[in-house]
Amino acid sequence: MNLTRRQALAFGGAAVTVTLIPFKGAFASEVGDAAIAAFTGGATVSEGGIDLTTPEIAENGNTVPIAVSAPGAVSIMIIADKNPNAGVATFHFGAMAEPMAATRIRLAGTQNVVAIAKMADGSFKQTAHAVKVTIGGCGG
Amino acid sequence: MASIKPRVKVPGSVAAGEVFSVKTLINHDMESGQRKGSDGNKIPRKIINKFEATFNGAAVFTADLETAISTNPFIEFTMKIAEAGDLAMKWTDDDGSVYETSKSIVIG
Repeated sequence: MNLTRRQALAFGGAAVTVTLIPFKGAFASEVGDAAIAAFTGGATVSEGGIDLTTPEIAENGNTVPIAVSAPGAVSIMIIADKNPNAGVATFHFGAMAEPMAATRIRLAGTQNVVAIAKMADGSFKQTAHAVKVTIGGCGG
Repeated sequence: MASIKPRVKVPGSVAAGEVFSVKTLINHDMESGQRKGSDGNKIPRKIINKFEATFNGAAVFTADLETAISTNPFIEFTMKIAEAGDLAMKWTDDDGSVYETSKSIVIG
């Protein structure tokens, strides 16, 4: 097939759109989906309700500061869907703790950082943030 | 590796019911198992996989950590207390080692 420049651009544009559409609902990585399913037990996850703080651009993927808080949560799981291991950490809050945690994580590349909170009533909420990583954090 | 020594910052005294933050840092390589050494072989995974904080014996905060936690893991959480006591913190290594420290907090 011989593509003209115009056709090639149109084709490229369409491909980008197709890649972006499923990004909103389902997450791009199957590993991330599996980790989410293991945490939620397949329950419906609603959007929002979690305050996730990440940098927009991380210069060094080896230490990316993140903070998460979700009023009413009993545990919060953090997932980085393009890391070799998607799971990052799971925080469990006891009666004396406020549902907030901060840590520093490694990101292998530009990707979504997803926080899923399990609420006291058994429901689940999630929030995702895209983080651009200039230098990946997995060595090699 | 240098000896592993946890460092924890808590306020010495708080008001009852006041929310305060606890900042913890422990020096640890958090070897992810993804890196290769100079001989070309993968360096085996060795991370701190669990952090637990208890206040007067009651669980306050637990974190299950994976390989994506940075070297020298920093963990911050917030809590409130009704009475004075000891905040005990425990880090568990992949090799079974346990590193512990404790801080007293008074109401004042």
